[in-house]
Amino acid sequence: MDNFYQEQILEHYKHPSNYGRLDNPTISHEDTNPLCGDIIRIDLLIEDELIKEIKFSGQGCAISQASASMLTDEIKGKTLAEAKAFSKEDLLELIGIPLQKNPSRLKCALLSLKTLKAGLYGMGTMDDEDL
Amino acid sequence: MSDTFPIFDVLALRRDFPILHQEVNGKPLAFLDSAASSQRPRQVIDCLEDYYRRYHANVHRGVYKLSEEATYAFERARGKVAMFIGAANLREIVFTRNTTEAINLVAHAWGNTYVHEGDHILISLMEHHSNIVPWQMLAQRVGAKLDYIGVDGEGRLVLEDIERLLTERTKIVALTHQSNVLGTINPIKEIAKQVHAVGAKFLVDGAQSVPHMPINVQDLDIDFLAFSGHKMCGPTGVGVLWGKRKILETMPPFLGGGSMIKVVDLDKSTYADIPARFEAGTPAIGEVIALGAAIDFLMNVTLKTIHAHELTLIKYALDRLSNVDGLTIYGPKTMENRSSSISFTLEGAHPHDIASILDGEGIAVRAGHHCTQPLHRQMKVAATTRASFYLYNIPEEVDRLAMGLEKVKKVLRG
Repeated sequence: MDNFYQEQILEHYKHPSNYGRLDNPTISHEDTNPLCGDIIRIDLLIEDELIKEIKFSGQGCAISQASASMLTDEIKGKTLAEAKAFSKEDLLELIGIPLQKNPSRLKCALLSLKTLKAGLYGMGTMDDEDL
Repeated sequence: MSDTFPIFDVLALRRDFPILHQEVNGKPLAFLDSAASSQRPRQVIDCLEDYYRRYHANVHRGVYKLSEEATYAFERARGKVAMFIGAANLREIVFTRNTTEAINLVAHAWGNTYVHEGDHILISLMEHHSNIVPWQMLAQRVGAKLDYIGVDGEGRLVLEDIERLLTERTKIVALTHQSNVLGTINPIKEIAKQVHAVGAKFLVDGAQSVPHMPINVQDLDIDFLAFSGHKMCGPTGVGVLWGKRKILETMPPFLGGGSMIKVVDLDKSTYADIPARFEAGTPAIGEVIALGAAIDFLMNVTLKTIHAHELTLIKYALDRLSNVDGLTIYGPKTMENRSSSISFTLEGAHPHDIASILDGEGIAVRAGHHCTQPLHRQMKVAATTRASFYLYNIPEEVDRLAMGLEKVKKVLRG
């Protein structure tokens, strides 16, 4: 769908924010979508309940990577509680492309949030419904 | 295009497929995913509708007119399927839900009885999950060993593996006739000889071959063939298991219930003769009859013509796609024993993005592992994009695919 590949998405895909690893992360978590090979790893540096540093790495489709880039921009500097409360709806609003009618691409977008939340909650992985 | 094309009046044939004449995202639909499921001509749709409007009734039981008519049409469809694949007898045709169910039927009804602890089952790395998982389950149930024939860099079976892995303890070999990912056509007739030489049975997954080329099960001398109606212009919900009569006759039932019995006592029952023995409960009556209509339709074009048409399209597609910079095709790069499906990766473009952007151009392709995780692992790629062709596709759609891929590159790489 042409609507998905707006400038913002492509910009974040080609020049992602916060891409890389942290040397001593407080939390580091990775999740994948084995159906297509998308991988996202999120490293977090947390001090005084604040997310001081956040980086993501991995590979995958434009929507999964752009979503991770935009999510890390948004989460950086937030409190732990605020990050944990960041919902699926919040992410979709942030990304700004109409994914509701496209469940397969929606899954791509949610991978970064799944990874973040599973890491924050200390779980192996999260279901899309629980985000 | 070359002067040998078109082989038949494909534009006239396309008029029989109402679904092809629509726009997607403002562009005419180019349906390049027939390997996942094919489209139905109006003759098949009309047949199904006619059944429900005029003569639907449960089959095999009623004495009244509607039931007799439905039963007659149902059994006539069975005869058409038998003739379509060159079966010796229509009682060798069992209607199932799809290819997957047909293979499961053999794995359970035949496998549980005739495969024992320490026996060998042989499949290949290019198989669809439907021709892997039932055998894994059987191996686990009875304690048998499951082996895989390898696939080489050209996407062909490593034939030496067959020599090496076929043993006196091999009870069944199950292989795809045509790979849904690589498009490779396997030498089934030759392999059948090797399989029988060690006294094993040979099941062929015909889901991708039966719709696309003439098949004669007696000529191939295989033991079981499984295929799906929805991949051959028929409806979903109906598939076929063909088996050699003398083998089917020795198999206990798969599912139990009505239609597959002779006498039901309190503590036991006796079972019907083949093929009824394997058709428990009310079948997908209308769908079976509509499958018959699909066979009529395909035979009107002739499978030989369909195959030749596809080969011309594939050859053209391989040609055009090989000129797309950064594109890697998986499977045979030459036309020798290859058809219908072309799976590829594009550098710097994830299959999901490729499929989404092509969708924006009205082109339908599939992205993912196409139910062949072991194959994709072997190819060292998580997912590919697949374009597949059938009798209603035209060279312009190949052009649009190639141009669409250039657009993908532009959008993603800029």
